[in-house]
Amino acid sequence: MKILVCISQVPDTTAKISFKEGNTVFNTDGVQFIMNPYDEWYALVRALEIKESQGGSVTVINVGPAENETVIRKALAIGADDAIRVNAVSSSALFIAKQIAEVAKAAQYDIVFTGKETINFNRSEVGAMIAEYLDQPYISYATHLDLQGKTATIVREIEGGSETLEVDTPFVISAAKGLAEQRIPNMKGIMTAKKKTLKVVEPIAFDDISFPVRYELPPSKAGVKLLDADNMEELVRLLHEEAKAI
Amino acid sequence: MILIFAEVQNKTFKKQTLELVTYGSKVAKMLNTSCVVLVLGEAENAGQLGKYGANKVYQVVNDHLNTFDSQVYTQVIAKTAEQIDASVIVLAHSSTGKSILGRLAARFNAGSVAAVNTLPSIDGNSFEVQKTVFSSKAIATYSIKSEKKILSLSGNSIAPEILGNEVEVELLSIDVPAPKVRVKEVKKVAGIVPLPEAELVVSAGRGLKGPENWGIIEELAKELGATTACSRPVADTGWRPHHEHVGQTGVAIRPNLYIAVGISGAIQHLAGVNNSKTIVVINKDPEAPFFKAADYGVVGDLFDVVPKLTQAVKDFKSK
Repeated sequence: MKILVCISQVPDTTAKISFKEGNTVFNTDGVQFIMNPYDEWYALVRALEIKESQGGSVTVINVGPAENETVIRKALAIGADDAIRVNAVSSSALFIAKQIAEVAKAAQYDIVFTGKETINFNRSEVGAMIAEYLDQPYISYATHLDLQGKTATIVREIEGGSETLEVDTPFVISAAKGLAEQRIPNMKGIMTAKKKTLKVVEPIAFDDISFPVRYELPPSKAGVKLLDADNMEELVRLLHEEAKAI
Repeated sequence: MILIFAEVQNKTFKKQTLELVTYGSKVAKMLNTSCVVLVLGEAENAGQLGKYGANKVYQVVNDHLNTFDSQVYTQVIAKTAEQIDASVIVLAHSSTGKSILGRLAARFNAGSVAAVNTLPSIDGNSFEVQKTVFSSKAIATYSIKSEKKILSLSGNSIAPEILGNEVEVELLSIDVPAPKVRVKEVKKVAGIVPLPEAELVVSAGRGLKGPENWGIIEELAKELGATTACSRPVADTGWRPHHEHVGQTGVAIRPNLYIAVGISGAIQHLAGVNNSKTIVVINKDPEAPFFKAADYGVVGDLFDVVPKLTQAVKDFKSK
Protein backbone atom coordinates (compact mmCIF):
# COMPACT_ATOMS: atom_id res chain seq x y z
CA MET A 1 0.00 0.00 0.00
CA LYS A 2 1.24 3.44 -0.92
CA ILE A 3 -0.10 5.78 1.72
CA LEU A 4 -0.18 9.57 2.16
CA VAL A 5 -0.89 11.06 5.60
CA CYS A 6 -1.85 14.75 5.79
CA ILE A 7 -0.54 16.43 8.93
CA SER A 8 -1.25 19.87 10.36
CA GLN A 9 0.57 21.95 12.90
CA VAL A 10 -1.73 23.32 15.63
CA PRO A 11 -1.39 25.12 18.97
CA ASP A 12 -1.06 22.77 21.95
CA THR A 13 -4.44 21.77 23.43
CA THR A 14 -3.72 23.73 26.61
CA ALA A 15 -2.46 26.88 24.80
CA LYS A 16 -3.89 30.19 25.90
CA ILE A 17 -5.82 31.61 22.97
CA SER A 18 -5.46 35.33 22.23
CA PHE A 19 -5.35 37.58 19.17
CA LYS A 20 -3.45 40.62 17.98
CA GLU A 21 -3.51 43.27 15.24
CA GLY A 22 -7.08 44.27 16.01
CA ASN A 23 -8.17 40.67 16.62
CA THR A 24 -7.32 39.63 13.07
CA VAL A 25 -4.30 37.45 13.78
CA PHE A 26 -3.78 34.58 16.24
CA ASN A 27 -1.19 35.60 18.81
CA THR A 28 1.50 32.90 18.77
CA ASP A 29 3.58 34.46 21.59
CA GLY A 30 4.44 31.76 24.08
CA VAL A 31 2.31 29.19 22.24
CA GLN A 32 3.69 25.67 21.85
CA PHE A 33 2.89 24.00 18.54
CA ILE A 34 2.20 20.31 18.11
CA MET A 35 1.12 17.90 15.42
CA ASN A 36 -2.69 17.83 15.23
CA PRO A 37 -3.55 14.92 17.59
CA TYR A 38 -5.99 13.22 15.18
CA ASP A 39 -3.30 13.25 12.47
CA GLU A 40 -0.56 11.98 14.77
CA TRP A 41 -2.23 9.52 17.10
CA TYR A 42 -4.74 7.91 14.75
CA ALA A 43 -4.08 8.65 11.05
CA LEU A 44 -0.29 8.31 11.05
CA VAL A 45 -0.12 5.33 13.40
CA ARG A 46 -2.78 3.33 11.52
CA ALA A 47 -0.98 4.07 8.26
CA LEU A 48 2.27 2.76 9.77
CA GLU A 49 0.54 -0.37 11.07
CA ILE A 50 -0.76 -1.12 7.57
CA LYS A 51 2.72 -0.65 6.11
CA GLU A 52 4.24 -2.89 8.78
CA SER A 53 1.79 -5.72 8.10
CA GLN A 54 1.49 -5.46 4.31
CA GLY A 55 4.49 -3.54 3.08
CA GLY A 56 4.46 -0.32 1.10
CA SER A 57 5.31 3.22 2.10
CA VAL A 58 4.01 6.06 4.24
CA THR A 59 4.60 9.65 3.12
CA VAL A 60 3.51 12.61 5.24
CA ILE A 61 2.52 15.95 3.74
CA ASN A 62 2.12 19.37 5.33
CA VAL A 63 1.12 22.69 3.79
CA GLY A 64 2.98 25.29 5.79
CA PRO A 65 6.07 27.40 6.37
CA ALA A 66 9.59 26.15 7.21
CA GLU A 67 8.82 26.47 10.95
CA ASN A 68 6.56 23.42 10.58
CA GLU A 69 9.54 21.16 9.90
CA THR A 70 9.93 20.30 13.59
CA VAL A 71 6.50 18.69 13.51
CA ILE A 72 7.21 17.05 10.15
CA ARG A 73 10.46 15.55 11.55
CA LYS A 74 8.47 14.19 14.46
CA ALA A 75 6.21 12.33 12.00
CA LEU A 76 9.34 10.89 10.39
CA ALA A 77 10.65 9.92 13.84
CA ILE A 78 7.40 8.08 14.58
CA GLY A 79 8.02 6.06 11.41
CA ALA A 80 6.95 7.77 8.18
CA ASP A 81 9.34 7.03 5.29
CA ASP A 82 9.53 10.48 3.78
CA ALA A 83 7.85 13.87 3.84
CA ILE A 84 6.65 16.63 1.57
CA ARG A 85 6.15 20.23 2.65
CA VAL A 86 4.21 22.54 0.36
CA ASN A 87 5.79 25.89 1.05
CA ALA A 88 2.76 28.10 1.68
CA VAL A 89 0.90 29.77 4.52
CA SER A 90 -2.88 29.67 4.27
CA SER A 91 -5.86 29.23 6.54
CA SER A 92 -8.18 28.39 3.64
CA ALA A 93 -9.26 24.73 3.65
CA LEU A 94 -9.75 24.71 -0.12
CA PHE A 95 -6.27 26.11 -0.75
CA ILE A 96 -4.71 23.44 1.46
CA ALA A 97 -6.76 20.63 -0.09
CA LYS A 98 -5.89 21.80 -3.61
CA GLN A 99 -2.16 21.71 -2.85
CA ILE A 100 -2.36 18.23 -1.32
CA ALA A 101 -4.53 16.95 -4.18
CA GLU A 102 -1.96 18.17 -6.74
CA VAL A 103 0.76 16.14 -5.05
CA ALA A 104 -1.50 13.12 -4.56
CA LYS A 105 -2.69 13.10 -8.19
CA ALA A 106 0.83 12.79 -9.47
CA ALA A 107 1.91 10.10 -7.00
CA GLN A 108 -1.25 7.91 -7.06
CA TYR A 109 -1.62 6.83 -3.45
CA ASP A 110 -3.82 3.89 -2.47
CA ILE A 111 -5.03 5.62 0.70
CA VAL A 112 -4.92 9.28 1.77
CA PHE A 113 -5.39 9.79 5.51
CA THR A 114 -6.39 12.99 7.34
CA GLY A 115 -7.35 13.54 10.97
CA LYS A 116 -11.09 13.99 11.59
CA GLU A 117 -10.54 17.73 12.10
CA THR A 118 -7.81 20.08 13.31
CA ILE A 119 -8.12 21.30 16.87
CA ASN A 120 -7.67 24.94 15.83
CA PHE A 121 -10.15 25.44 12.98
CA ASN A 122 -12.41 22.42 13.70
CA ARG A 123 -13.60 22.32 10.11
CA SER A 124 -13.39 18.72 9.02
CA GLU A 125 -13.38 19.90 5.39
CA VAL A 126 -9.98 19.14 3.89
CA GLY A 127 -10.40 15.35 3.58
CA ALA A 128 -13.66 15.64 1.64
CA MET A 129 -12.14 18.30 -0.60
CA ILE A 130 -9.11 16.13 -1.44
CA ALA A 131 -11.45 13.21 -2.20
CA GLU A 132 -13.46 15.35 -4.60
CA TYR A 133 -10.35 16.63 -6.37
CA LEU A 134 -9.14 13.03 -6.72
CA ASP A 135 -12.61 11.71 -7.63
CA GLN A 136 -12.37 9.08 -4.90
CA PRO A 137 -14.67 7.86 -2.10
CA TYR A 138 -14.33 9.64 1.24
CA ILE A 139 -14.97 7.95 4.56
CA SER A 140 -15.14 10.30 7.52
CA TYR A 141 -14.58 9.71 11.25
CA ALA A 142 -13.16 6.21 10.94
CA THR A 143 -12.64 4.36 14.22
CA HIS A 144 -11.58 1.04 12.68
CA LEU A 145 -9.89 0.05 9.41
CA ASP A 146 -8.91 -3.39 8.15
CA LEU A 147 -7.57 -4.25 4.71
CA GLN A 148 -7.94 -7.48 2.72
CA GLY A 149 -6.15 -6.96 -0.56
CA LYS A 150 -7.73 -3.88 -2.11
CA THR A 151 -10.86 -4.03 0.03
CA ALA A 152 -11.10 -2.07 3.26
CA THR A 153 -13.60 -2.71 6.02
CA ILE A 154 -14.18 0.51 7.92
CA VAL A 155 -16.24 1.42 10.96
CA ARG A 156 -17.15 5.08 11.14
CA GLU A 157 -18.90 7.17 13.77
CA ILE A 158 -22.38 8.39 12.98
CA GLU A 159 -24.84 10.19 15.27
CA GLY A 160 -25.67 7.91 18.18
CA GLY A 161 -23.86 4.87 16.80
CA SER A 162 -21.63 3.48 14.09
CA GLU A 163 -21.69 2.31 10.49
CA THR A 164 -19.64 -0.57 9.08
CA LEU A 165 -18.85 -0.40 5.38
CA GLU A 166 -16.60 -1.78 2.67
CA VAL A 167 -14.81 0.21 0.03
CA ASP A 168 -11.98 -0.53 -2.41
CA THR A 169 -8.77 1.46 -2.68
CA PRO A 170 -8.05 4.17 -3.65
CA PHE A 171 -9.96 6.27 -1.11
CA VAL A 172 -9.58 9.16 1.34
CA ILE A 173 -10.29 8.53 5.02
CA SER A 174 -10.45 10.76 8.11
CA ALA A 175 -9.24 9.28 11.39
CA ALA A 176 -11.08 9.50 14.72
CA LYS A 177 -10.24 8.18 18.16
CA GLY A 178 -10.07 4.41 18.27
CA LEU A 179 -8.37 3.92 14.88
CA ALA A 180 -4.97 3.40 16.53
CA GLU A 181 -2.98 4.05 19.70
CA GLN A 182 -0.55 6.93 20.07
CA ARG A 183 3.14 6.07 19.50
CA ILE A 184 6.01 7.89 21.17
CA PRO A 185 9.07 8.22 18.91
CA ASN A 186 12.14 6.39 20.25
CA MET A 187 15.78 7.50 20.06
CA LYS A 188 16.49 5.39 16.97
CA GLY A 189 13.47 6.92 15.24
CA ILE A 190 14.59 10.42 16.11
CA MET A 191 18.12 9.74 14.79
CA THR A 192 16.97 8.17 11.50
CA ALA A 193 14.36 10.92 10.98
CA LYS A 194 17.17 13.38 10.40
CA LYS A 195 18.36 11.40 7.37
CA LYS A 196 14.95 10.87 5.78
CA THR A 197 13.90 12.90 2.73
CA LEU A 198 11.88 16.04 3.37
CA LYS A 199 11.02 17.46 -0.02
CA VAL A 200 9.89 21.08 -0.26
CA VAL A 201 7.60 21.94 -3.18
CA GLU A 202 6.20 25.32 -4.15
CA PRO A 203 2.40 25.73 -4.16
CA ILE A 204 0.35 26.07 -7.31
CA ALA A 205 -1.43 29.42 -7.66
CA PHE A 206 -4.86 29.32 -6.07
CA ASP A 207 -7.02 32.14 -4.70
CA ASP A 208 -8.27 32.10 -1.12
CA ILE A 209 -12.03 32.54 -1.30
CA SER A 210 -13.05 31.77 2.27
CA PHE A 211 -10.99 32.69 5.29
CA PRO A 212 -11.26 34.08 8.83
CA VAL A 213 -11.16 37.88 8.91
CA ARG A 214 -11.39 38.46 12.65
CA TYR A 215 -11.63 36.67 15.96
CA GLU A 216 -13.16 37.25 19.34
CA LEU A 217 -13.17 35.43 22.64
CA PRO A 218 -16.48 33.88 23.72
CA PRO A 219 -18.48 36.02 26.17
CA SER A 220 -17.34 35.10 29.65
CA LYS A 221 -19.76 33.46 32.05
CA ALA A 222 -21.31 35.71 34.66
CA GLY A 223 -19.96 33.40 37.35
CA VAL A 224 -21.36 30.28 38.90
CA LYS A 225 -24.44 30.49 41.10
CA LEU A 226 -23.95 27.96 43.89
CA LEU A 227 -26.94 26.12 45.32
CA ASP A 228 -27.33 24.05 48.43
CA ALA A 229 -27.60 20.31 47.93
CA ASP A 230 -30.77 20.31 50.00
CA ASN A 231 -32.45 22.87 47.79
CA MET A 232 -32.75 21.19 44.42
CA GLU A 233 -36.25 22.69 44.03
CA GLU A 234 -34.53 26.05 43.70
CA LEU A 235 -32.16 24.71 41.01
CA VAL A 236 -35.09 23.34 39.03
CA ARG A 237 -36.92 26.67 39.41
CA LEU A 238 -33.86 28.58 38.12
CA LEU A 239 -33.39 26.18 35.21
CA HIS A 240 -37.03 26.73 34.27
CA GLU A 241 -37.52 30.45 34.95
CA GLU A 242 -34.08 32.00 34.61
CA ALA A 243 -32.18 29.76 32.18
CA LYS A 244 -35.36 28.62 30.38
CA ALA A 245 -33.57 25.33 29.82
CA ILE A 246 -36.36 23.01 30.98
CA MET B 1 -31.81 30.56 -4.73
CA ILE B 2 -30.87 28.99 -1.44
CA LEU B 3 -30.56 25.21 -1.55
CA ILE B 4 -31.02 23.19 1.62
CA PHE B 5 -30.09 19.52 1.72
CA ALA B 6 -32.57 17.81 4.03
CA GLU B 7 -31.29 14.56 5.52
CA VAL B 8 -33.76 11.74 5.88
CA GLN B 9 -33.57 9.20 8.66
CA ASN B 10 -35.99 6.28 8.68
CA LYS B 11 -38.12 8.23 6.21
CA THR B 12 -38.55 11.11 8.65
CA PHE B 13 -36.82 14.43 9.28
CA LYS B 14 -34.71 15.13 12.33
CA LYS B 15 -35.07 18.34 14.30
CA GLN B 16 -31.75 19.45 12.81
CA THR B 17 -33.33 19.35 9.35
CA LEU B 18 -36.18 21.61 10.48
CA GLU B 19 -33.60 24.02 11.94
CA LEU B 20 -31.82 23.97 8.62
CA VAL B 21 -34.96 24.80 6.64
CA THR B 22 -35.76 27.73 8.93
CA TYR B 23 -32.16 28.93 8.58
CA GLY B 24 -32.36 28.65 4.78
CA SER B 25 -35.62 30.56 4.70
CA LYS B 26 -34.10 33.40 6.71
CA VAL B 27 -31.02 33.57 4.48
CA ALA B 28 -33.32 33.57 1.44
CA LYS B 29 -35.22 36.58 2.85
CA MET B 30 -31.94 38.42 3.44
CA LEU B 31 -30.94 37.84 -0.18
CA ASN B 32 -34.42 38.45 -1.54
CA THR B 33 -34.70 35.01 -3.06
CA SER B 34 -36.44 31.74 -2.24
CA CYS B 35 -35.53 28.67 -0.25
CA VAL B 36 -35.50 25.33 -2.06
CA VAL B 37 -35.17 22.07 -0.14
CA LEU B 38 -33.77 18.87 -1.63
CA VAL B 39 -34.80 15.55 -0.12
CA LEU B 40 -32.81 12.48 -1.16
CA GLY B 41 -34.47 9.13 -0.73
CA GLU B 42 -37.91 8.13 0.48
CA ALA B 43 -39.53 10.32 3.09
CA GLU B 44 -42.99 10.62 4.54
CA ASN B 45 -44.64 13.97 4.06
CA ALA B 46 -41.71 15.97 2.70
CA GLY B 47 -44.17 18.75 1.91
CA GLN B 48 -44.35 19.61 5.63
CA LEU B 49 -40.93 21.26 5.26
CA GLY B 50 -42.88 24.15 3.73
CA LYS B 51 -44.14 24.95 7.21
CA TYR B 52 -40.59 25.62 8.35
CA GLY B 53 -39.88 27.97 5.48
CA ALA B 54 -39.29 25.93 2.31
CA ASN B 55 -40.76 27.62 -0.76
CA LYS B 56 -40.23 24.51 -2.83
CA VAL B 57 -39.37 20.89 -2.05
CA TYR B 58 -37.64 18.67 -4.59
CA GLN B 59 -37.17 14.98 -4.02
CA VAL B 60 -35.05 12.36 -5.72
CA VAL B 61 -35.95 8.74 -5.06
CA ASN B 62 -33.51 6.10 -6.29
CA ASP B 63 -32.21 2.84 -4.84
CA HIS B 64 -28.65 4.13 -5.15
CA LEU B 65 -29.45 6.70 -2.45
CA ASN B 66 -30.28 4.03 0.14
CA THR B 67 -26.56 3.73 0.94
CA PHE B 68 -24.77 6.89 1.96
CA ASP B 69 -21.86 7.50 -0.39
CA SER B 70 -20.60 11.09 -0.26
CA GLN B 71 -19.60 10.99 -3.93
CA VAL B 72 -23.08 9.99 -5.07
CA TYR B 73 -24.89 12.45 -2.78
CA THR B 74 -22.54 15.26 -3.81
CA GLN B 75 -23.23 14.63 -7.46
CA VAL B 76 -27.02 14.77 -7.01
CA ILE B 77 -26.90 17.87 -4.81
CA ALA B 78 -24.52 19.58 -7.25
CA LYS B 79 -26.76 18.82 -10.23
CA THR B 80 -29.76 20.23 -8.40
CA ALA B 81 -27.79 23.31 -7.40
CA GLU B 82 -26.87 23.87 -11.04
CA GLN B 83 -30.46 23.41 -12.21
CA ILE B 84 -31.84 26.02 -9.82
CA ASP B 85 -28.72 28.19 -9.92
CA ALA B 86 -28.26 28.09 -6.14
CA SER B 87 -26.09 30.85 -4.70
CA VAL B 88 -25.95 29.41 -1.18
CA ILE B 89 -26.06 25.71 -0.27
CA VAL B 90 -26.61 24.79 3.38
CA LEU B 91 -26.11 21.35 4.93
CA ALA B 92 -26.33 20.06 8.48
CA HIS B 93 -22.99 19.81 10.30
CA SER B 94 -23.64 16.09 10.80
CA SER B 95 -21.66 12.99 9.87
CA THR B 96 -23.39 13.15 6.48
CA GLY B 97 -23.08 16.91 5.97
CA LYS B 98 -19.40 16.91 6.93
CA SER B 99 -18.69 14.33 4.22
CA ILE B 100 -20.42 16.44 1.55
CA LEU B 101 -19.52 20.06 2.41
CA GLY B 102 -15.88 19.91 1.32
CA ARG B 103 -16.74 17.94 -1.82
CA LEU B 104 -19.23 20.59 -2.95
CA ALA B 105 -16.72 23.35 -2.21
CA ALA B 106 -14.04 21.62 -4.30
CA ARG B 107 -16.47 20.80 -7.09
CA PHE B 108 -17.79 24.34 -7.46
CA ASN B 109 -14.57 26.07 -6.39
CA ALA B 110 -16.81 27.75 -3.84
CA GLY B 111 -15.97 29.24 -0.48
CA SER B 112 -17.21 27.11 2.40
CA VAL B 113 -17.49 27.44 6.14
CA ALA B 114 -18.18 24.39 8.32
CA ALA B 115 -20.12 24.43 11.58
CA VAL B 116 -21.51 27.96 11.39
CA ASN B 117 -23.76 28.90 14.29
CA THR B 118 -25.21 32.28 13.28
CA LEU B 119 -27.13 33.75 10.38
CA PRO B 120 -24.79 35.43 7.89
CA SER B 121 -24.24 39.12 7.92
CA ILE B 122 -24.68 40.34 4.37
CA ASP B 123 -23.77 43.79 3.14
CA GLY B 124 -23.53 44.34 -0.59
CA ASN B 125 -20.98 41.80 -1.78
CA SER B 126 -19.70 41.04 1.69
CA PHE B 127 -20.90 37.75 3.18
CA GLU B 128 -19.70 36.86 6.68
CA VAL B 129 -20.57 34.02 9.04
CA GLN B 130 -19.33 32.98 12.44
CA LYS B 131 -18.15 29.67 13.82
CA THR B 132 -16.32 28.60 16.95
CA VAL B 133 -12.61 27.82 16.54
CA PHE B 134 -9.74 26.63 18.76
CA SER B 135 -12.03 23.95 20.22
CA SER B 136 -14.63 26.52 21.35
CA LYS B 137 -12.04 28.81 22.94
CA ALA B 138 -12.69 31.55 20.34
CA ILE B 139 -15.18 32.69 17.72
CA ALA B 140 -14.03 33.44 14.17
CA THR B 141 -15.81 35.54 11.57
CA TYR B 142 -15.28 34.11 8.09
CA SER B 143 -15.64 36.02 4.88
CA ILE B 144 -16.69 34.18 1.71
CA LYS B 145 -15.66 35.86 -1.53
CA SER B 146 -16.93 33.43 -4.16
CA GLU B 147 -20.30 33.74 -5.87
CA LYS B 148 -21.42 30.31 -4.64
CA LYS B 149 -21.24 29.77 -0.90
CA ILE B 150 -21.47 26.50 0.98
CA LEU B 151 -22.22 26.28 4.68
CA SER B 152 -22.85 23.59 7.25
CA LEU B 153 -24.96 24.59 10.24
CA SER B 154 -24.24 23.32 13.75
CA GLY B 155 -27.18 21.69 15.53
CA ASN B 156 -29.15 23.75 18.07
CA SER B 157 -27.95 27.04 16.49
CA ILE B 158 -31.41 28.22 15.54
CA ALA B 159 -34.88 27.07 16.63
CA PRO B 160 -37.23 25.73 13.94
CA GLU B 161 -40.06 28.22 13.33
CA ILE B 162 -43.40 27.87 11.64
CA LEU B 163 -43.02 30.25 8.71
CA GLY B 164 -45.45 29.00 6.09
CA ASN B 165 -47.64 26.18 4.86
CA GLU B 166 -47.12 22.73 3.44
CA VAL B 167 -45.86 22.81 -0.11
CA GLU B 168 -46.10 20.41 -3.01
CA VAL B 169 -43.22 18.01 -3.52
CA GLU B 170 -41.80 17.75 -7.01
CA LEU B 171 -39.95 14.58 -7.97
CA LEU B 172 -36.78 15.30 -9.89
CA SER B 173 -35.33 12.81 -12.31
CA ILE B 174 -31.58 12.98 -11.98
CA ASP B 175 -29.17 10.22 -12.91
CA VAL B 176 -27.84 8.70 -9.74
CA PRO B 177 -24.58 6.74 -10.10
CA ALA B 178 -24.08 3.50 -8.19
CA PRO B 179 -22.35 3.94 -4.81
CA LYS B 180 -18.77 2.69 -4.44
CA VAL B 181 -19.25 2.33 -0.70
CA ARG B 182 -21.01 -0.82 0.50
CA VAL B 183 -22.69 -0.39 3.89
CA LYS B 184 -22.70 -3.67 5.83
CA GLU B 185 -24.19 -2.72 9.16
CA VAL B 186 -25.58 0.29 11.01
CA LYS B 187 -25.64 0.18 14.80
CA LYS B 188 -27.75 2.79 16.53
CA VAL B 189 -29.21 3.02 19.97
CA ALA B 190 -32.96 3.07 19.39
CA GLY B 191 -35.33 5.57 20.93
CA ILE B 192 -32.69 8.05 22.11
CA VAL B 193 -31.95 11.48 20.68
CA PRO B 194 -28.32 11.27 19.47
CA LEU B 195 -25.95 13.54 21.41
CA PRO B 196 -25.18 16.11 18.70
CA GLU B 197 -28.91 16.82 18.40
CA ALA B 198 -29.87 16.59 22.08
CA GLU B 199 -31.23 19.70 23.79
CA LEU B 200 -30.74 18.28 27.27
CA VAL B 201 -27.71 16.22 28.27
CA VAL B 202 -26.82 14.59 31.59
CA SER B 203 -23.18 13.55 31.71
CA ALA B 204 -21.07 11.80 34.32
CA GLY B 205 -17.40 11.21 35.00
CA ARG B 206 -15.08 9.26 37.22
CA GLY B 207 -16.81 10.64 40.30
CA LEU B 208 -19.45 7.99 39.72
CA LYS B 209 -16.88 5.38 40.85
CA GLY B 210 -18.16 2.54 38.67
CA PRO B 211 -20.60 1.47 35.94
CA GLU B 212 -22.90 -0.12 38.53
CA ASN B 213 -23.77 3.38 39.77
CA TRP B 214 -24.92 4.61 36.38
CA GLY B 215 -28.58 4.09 37.33
CA ILE B 216 -28.88 7.44 39.10
CA ILE B 217 -27.67 9.24 35.96
CA GLU B 218 -30.14 7.37 33.78
CA GLU B 219 -32.98 8.15 36.17
CA LEU B 220 -32.21 11.86 36.10
CA ALA B 221 -31.90 11.78 32.31
CA LYS B 222 -35.18 9.87 31.99
CA GLU B 223 -36.99 12.35 34.21
CA LEU B 224 -35.67 15.27 32.14
CA GLY B 225 -36.02 13.57 28.78
CA ALA B 226 -32.27 14.05 28.35
CA THR B 227 -29.59 12.07 26.53
CA THR B 228 -26.76 10.62 28.65
CA ALA B 229 -23.09 11.31 28.00
CA CYS B 230 -19.78 10.69 29.75
CA SER B 231 -16.24 11.96 30.13
CA ARG B 232 -13.23 10.40 28.43
CA PRO B 233 -11.97 8.21 31.32
CA VAL B 234 -15.44 6.68 31.64
CA ALA B 235 -15.51 5.72 27.95
CA ASP B 236 -11.86 4.59 27.98
CA THR B 237 -12.42 2.19 30.88
CA GLY B 238 -15.47 0.80 29.10
CA TRP B 239 -18.09 1.85 31.65
CA ARG B 240 -20.02 3.49 28.85
CA PRO B 241 -19.94 3.14 25.02
CA HIS B 242 -17.59 5.42 23.07
CA HIS B 243 -20.36 7.25 21.23
CA GLU B 244 -21.39 8.76 24.59
CA HIS B 245 -17.98 10.35 25.12
CA VAL B 246 -18.19 14.15 24.90
CA GLY B 247 -15.08 16.32 24.74
CA GLN B 248 -12.24 17.17 22.44
CA THR B 249 -11.62 13.66 21.17
CA GLY B 250 -15.25 12.61 21.47
CA VAL B 251 -18.46 14.27 20.38
CA ALA B 252 -18.78 18.06 20.49
CA ILE B 253 -22.23 19.17 21.62
CA ARG B 254 -24.20 22.39 22.09
CA PRO B 255 -27.34 21.53 24.05
CA ASN B 256 -29.57 23.99 25.91
CA LEU B 257 -28.68 22.30 29.18
CA TYR B 258 -25.61 20.29 30.15
CA ILE B 259 -25.54 18.74 33.59
CA ALA B 260 -22.04 17.49 34.52
CA VAL B 261 -21.92 15.06 37.42
CA GLY B 262 -18.61 14.11 39.00
CA ILE B 263 -16.56 15.58 36.12
CA SER B 264 -13.66 17.82 37.14
CA GLY B 265 -13.71 19.82 33.88
CA ALA B 266 -10.36 19.26 32.17
CA ILE B 267 -9.72 21.65 29.30
CA GLN B 268 -10.18 18.83 26.77
CA HIS B 269 -13.60 18.03 28.21
CA LEU B 270 -14.66 21.69 28.20
CA ALA B 271 -13.66 21.95 24.53
CA GLY B 272 -16.50 19.61 23.65
CA VAL B 273 -19.22 21.06 25.87
CA ASN B 274 -18.68 24.75 26.55
CA ASN B 275 -21.01 25.76 23.73
CA SER B 276 -23.86 24.46 25.93
CA LYS B 277 -26.24 27.32 26.70
CA THR B 278 -26.56 26.47 30.39
CA ILE B 279 -24.12 24.35 32.38
CA VAL B 280 -24.84 22.80 35.77
CA VAL B 281 -21.93 21.24 37.64
CA ILE B 282 -22.33 18.81 40.51
CA ASN B 283 -19.03 17.97 42.22
CA LYS B 284 -17.86 17.34 45.75
CA ASP B 285 -14.64 19.28 45.16
CA PRO B 286 -15.31 23.04 45.36
CA GLU B 287 -11.97 23.60 43.57
CA ALA B 288 -13.03 21.57 40.49
CA PRO B 289 -12.15 23.74 37.45
CA PHE B 290 -15.54 23.00 35.90
CA PHE B 291 -17.25 25.42 38.34
CA LYS B 292 -15.52 28.29 36.54
CA ALA B 293 -17.33 27.37 33.31
CA ALA B 294 -20.67 26.67 35.00
CA ASP B 295 -23.83 28.74 35.35
CA TYR B 296 -25.11 26.78 38.33
CA GLY B 297 -23.16 24.64 40.71
CA VAL B 298 -23.81 22.27 43.58
CA VAL B 299 -20.92 21.35 45.85
CA GLY B 300 -21.78 18.02 47.35
CA ASP B 301 -21.71 14.23 47.18
CA LEU B 302 -23.26 13.29 43.86
CA PHE B 303 -24.82 10.16 45.37
CA ASP B 304 -26.78 12.50 47.63
CA VAL B 305 -27.38 15.38 45.20
CA VAL B 306 -28.43 13.56 42.01
CA PRO B 307 -31.39 11.61 43.50
CA LYS B 308 -32.59 14.85 45.14
CA LEU B 309 -32.39 16.66 41.82
CA THR B 310 -34.26 13.80 40.11
CA GLN B 311 -36.98 14.06 42.75
CA ALA B 312 -37.18 17.84 42.34
CA VAL B 313 -37.57 17.46 38.56
CA LYS B 314 -40.29 14.86 39.16
CA ASP B 315 -42.14 17.23 41.52
CA PHE B 316 -41.75 20.10 39.07
CA LYS B 317 -43.20 18.09 36.20
CA SER B 318 -46.17 16.87 38.22
CA LYS B 319 -47.13 20.43 39.10
